[in-house]
Amino acid sequence: MSARANILARIRTRQGKAVTPRASERETVAREIAARAAGPRPGMPADLQARFIERARNLATTVDELPDLQALPRAVATYLQAQSLQPSAVCWPAFADLDWAAQGLSVEARPAMANDLVGITGVFCAIAETGTLMMCSGSDNHAVTSLLPETHIAVVPRRRIVSGMEEGWALLRAELGAMPRAVNFVSGPSRTADIEQTVTLGAHGPYRVHVLLLS
Amino acid sequence: MHFKARAGGKLADVKLQTALKKLQGNFVKGRADRITELDNFPEIRDAAAEIRDRALANLDLYLDTFEKNAAARGTVVHWAETAADVNRIVREIAAQHGVRKVVKSKSMVTEECGLNDALIDAGLEVVETDLGEYILQLAKEPPSHIVAPVVHKTRDEVSDLFAEKHNAPRLTDIPALCREAREKLRPHFLSAEMGVSGANFIVAETGSTLIVTNEGNGRMVTTLPKVHVAITGIEKVVPTLEDVATLIRLLPRHGTGQSITNYVSVTTGPRREGDSDGPEHFHVILVDAGRTKLIGGDFQAMLRCIRCGACMNHCPVYQSVGGHAYGWVYPGPMGSVLTPTYVGLQNAGDLPNAATLCGQCHVACPVKIPLPELLRKLREQQFDLKLKTWPEMLALRAWGWLAAHPWLYGTVMRIKVRLLKTMADERGMIRSLPFGSGWTDRRDFPAPQGRTFREMYKEARSKA
Repeated sequence: MSARANILARIRTRQGKAVTPRASERETVAREIAARAAGPRPGMPADLQARFIERARNLATTVDELPDLQALPRAVATYLQAQSLQPSAVCWPAFADLDWAAQGLSVEARPAMANDLVGITGVFCAIAETGTLMMCSGSDNHAVTSLLPETHIAVVPRRRIVSGMEEGWALLRAELGAMPRAVNFVSGPSRTADIEQTVTLGAHGPYRVHVLLLS
Repeated sequence: MHFKARAGGKLADVKLQTALKKLQGNFVKGRADRITELDNFPEIRDAAAEIRDRALANLDLYLDTFEKNAAARGTVVHWAETAADVNRIVREIAAQHGVRKVVKSKSMVTEECGLNDALIDAGLEVVETDLGEYILQLAKEPPSHIVAPVVHKTRDEVSDLFAEKHNAPRLTDIPALCREAREKLRPHFLSAEMGVSGANFIVAETGSTLIVTNEGNGRMVTTLPKVHVAITGIEKVVPTLEDVATLIRLLPRHGTGQSITNYVSVTTGPRREGDSDGPEHFHVILVDAGRTKLIGGDFQAMLRCIRCGACMNHCPVYQSVGGHAYGWVYPGPMGSVLTPTYVGLQNAGDLPNAATLCGQCHVACPVKIPLPELLRKLREQQFDLKLKTWPEMLALRAWGWLAAHPWLYGTVMRIKVRLLKTMADERGMIRSLPFGSGWTDRRDFPAPQGRTFREMYKEARSKA
């Protein structure tokens, strides 16, 4: 007998069931999964965008406005300058054609590598309840770009702010159909409190997460 | 060594006592603050317990569904009956892919298995990358808490350890120590061929595995090496992504007092065509190692556990002695139930008695596990299996017999309270009890007033 068969048989025997599942049991499980029943939801304010901003800031994410996509290079340059950071970055291919050079920035559209200091990404959507970015991996959405650099700048279209994780999943099913390899929910800069329970920003991931809210 | 003997030493450890005080302040208050953000917290908690029960009620079929959906996305699913099987499977995967270095993100299941030693014995380099676990790997110590593994260590100890092991100047500032670890570990993420993680949940609907982390090491481990192996207990399955959303409202709040952890990472299969990142090979190992023994009996509710650590954070015994006193991987109330049920009551020392049954663990549990009741059942089993010392067995048997004979019981008690009253000092306290030195060695015993409750009740009734 395989380990698999042994484990499944032990489960069923201990629950007083016959070793082979009945069709009705399989139907129950299929039905419970297909129902995708939502759990009870906590109360949320009507203004999801304001809630997102408030929660994101509580998590040490900084938030700024972006009137249109063409203004992204200027917004990035302003932020990097204010933080005294070098004017170079990598970005998702979606932002490759923007006029970065005009703002004195050197930006390459490729996945981040270990020594890249700034990564510029979009998001799949953002979650108001917790101030969270929902990132889906894909050929043009490099997961490493929000992970390896010390600074992560994320462009969040205002219309992509949803209420909770449930709406994020619904959007994913509607737009992508199936799960991408990785879905990362990002809530502020990486942190650790392992030494004396003292919260320190910048563990293995970014030290800074800066959100640009695209109108 | 039994819990009692270890606990004595821990109570006298001044550094540990200082460290444990902080845990109460941060995690206990943090949970209390964060659950107030949920206006319908009791309903969410009920729903969370229901999700875990729903999964356990048809556990075999949810695992089967998980396996099918995971395999459809290119994940290789393995089943391990024992800890030794887990270690063997990981070694085989490593050999198959020519792995020399393994980076790990925090996983308590691999602590159960002793995976690190098994891999090192097979000639592999193993690097723990969670800051706390990395510190423990350098110090060659086991974790003392399932969420905050290094809670027993002070900053000074970490400074000394890093200076010695890194052969570097001694830093004392916590952010500087964190950066030192970051810079030491970054090259390991980039050079390792295999990443090993646990899973907080596995999702039947999509065949996904999920981890919650704060540091980002979990994302590195599951993204950068060419092979990712996720190792998790069979009980971690949940039916749907909606269920994940509900459980994630509770897990970080109860674990670290956060509304959400920095990262919730859901991985489904290896890298896709056209992807520039992600592992080329993704393996999941589903582990029994004692879990099926809890199914279908008095202890099935324990398998609801989502490993948040709230029970230990709220436990007056854990708060006093820390995690190492419990002797195995899982400390606190959940550990006092899991250790005897996984490894056998006869191998678990006196863990079922390492609790005051005050009920705080049950109140704090996000999935409503009746931990005090389970501990009480284990105490009964200890008695039935004759695992108690003979004086204890005799005393319990005698008391049991007496309690079943009400008239005799009343008479004996009337004599006893009068006798004890005569032993009281001027403060009404007894300084030393015959056969009760375990109690009176370290504190005085309040003496009875001279009459039993039943006597007083009878008198009050006759007056009325």
